[in-house]
Amino acid sequence: MCTVCGCSDGKASIEDAHGHHHDHGDGHEHGGHHHHHRGHGHDHGHHHYHGGAHDHAPDEAGLLDCGANPAGQKIAGMSSDRIIQVERDILGKNDRLAADNRARFAADGVLAFNLVSSPGAGKTSLLVRALSELKATFAIGVIEGDQQTSNDAERIRATGVPAIQVNTGKGCHLDAAMVGEAYDRLPWLNGGLLFIENVGNLVCPAAFDLGEACKIVVFSTTEGEDKPLKYPDMFAASSLMLINKIDLAAVLDFDVAQTIDYARRVNPKIEVLTVSARTGEGFAAFFAWIRKRMAATTPAAMTAAE
Amino acid sequence: MHEMALCEGIVGIVEEEARKRAFTKVNVVCLEIGALSHVAPEALKFCFEAVAARTIAQGARLEIVETPGTAWCMACSKTVEIGQRYEPCPSCGGYQLQVTGGEEMRVRELEVD
Repeated sequence: MCTVCGCSDGKASIEDAHGHHHDHGDGHEHGGHHHHHRGHGHDHGHHHYHGGAHDHAPDEAGLLDCGANPAGQKIAGMSSDRIIQVERDILGKNDRLAADNRARFAADGVLAFNLVSSPGAGKTSLLVRALSELKATFAIGVIEGDQQTSNDAERIRATGVPAIQVNTGKGCHLDAAMVGEAYDRLPWLNGGLLFIENVGNLVCPAAFDLGEACKIVVFSTTEGEDKPLKYPDMFAASSLMLINKIDLAAVLDFDVAQTIDYARRVNPKIEVLTVSARTGEGFAAFFAWIRKRMAATTPAAMTAAE
Repeated sequence: MHEMALCEGIVGIVEEEARKRAFTKVNVVCLEIGALSHVAPEALKFCFEAVAARTIAQGARLEIVETPGTAWCMACSKTVEIGQRYEPCPSCGGYQLQVTGGEEMRVRELEVD
């Protein structure tokens, strides 16, 4: 791996339903993971190919206002350069693949949630408890993202729910290509639920649309009230905040109201539920929230489920 | 540290444009990065050099135009500028803000030979 950025060197792998690993070597393009730096080693310091272009001029911060120097203001003949207008989103490829996923989920009547949190907030424990109840009503599939191990997928499968583990190698987030590939390997979830448990990371997964209906941020009382302010992108990107380990709140002097206030500074519309994956507290409200989302998305599926 | 993945996205766009528009060298890649986007410009520059190596974008300079964060304040009923997501409305001090701009992460233009 690249020791500087933590980027995977192409070792993302996706299980099949039988637990075999499919290592993807050089031939696969996983969304943004092209890995053109493969083989150049990890000593980035040796790669100064700037030639004459490395004169950052007076502004070392590199904040050059291209807008003040648009195409057409260059004087012809003064330079062999030409300006090409591109205007493309950097994450455009991931976003296109996410749109494909979203269309497939819609075609299957599947409601997909992208669970995000820091490591250890309790995403898997929460899922295990939720699945044991929800599986009676809905067809459910789970996609588990972790850098390494199939531990989480095994915990999910122990509940009787199919799960596909995606190992991102050194990657810090799931991308839409990984989820599309994993979804292929799940049984048909006709009108059901898909839970995507992202890599435990309160930063990077915020930027990557996987095609989900919404992100659910799981936040535990052990993390401290100010995390929504410290990691605002994730809370801004999520529709629901589940405050987990609420059974520990008294021991930790955890201030629920303060946490909600911070989260709503970042995202005034975020919904909040308090739960305990250990005791089951608050899960009835979480299930009601899921059923409401399901009803809003696919009325027919809800009727069938009732 | 998803800046690496973002750089791979940038290089992918440059390579596609090179195929479409037939250029062989890129001198400058101009990006538009919003103040509220998911990226640290300095980290992006750092990663870009590594990702661009041995591609058509090798040696290209990244120029980053940072666009301001803007939000609609529901209390004031107007658009205000904010530097971070958790900042209050500069007019009323409230947090009833809906982000309207500054989340961009785009390749705006390329300067090519």
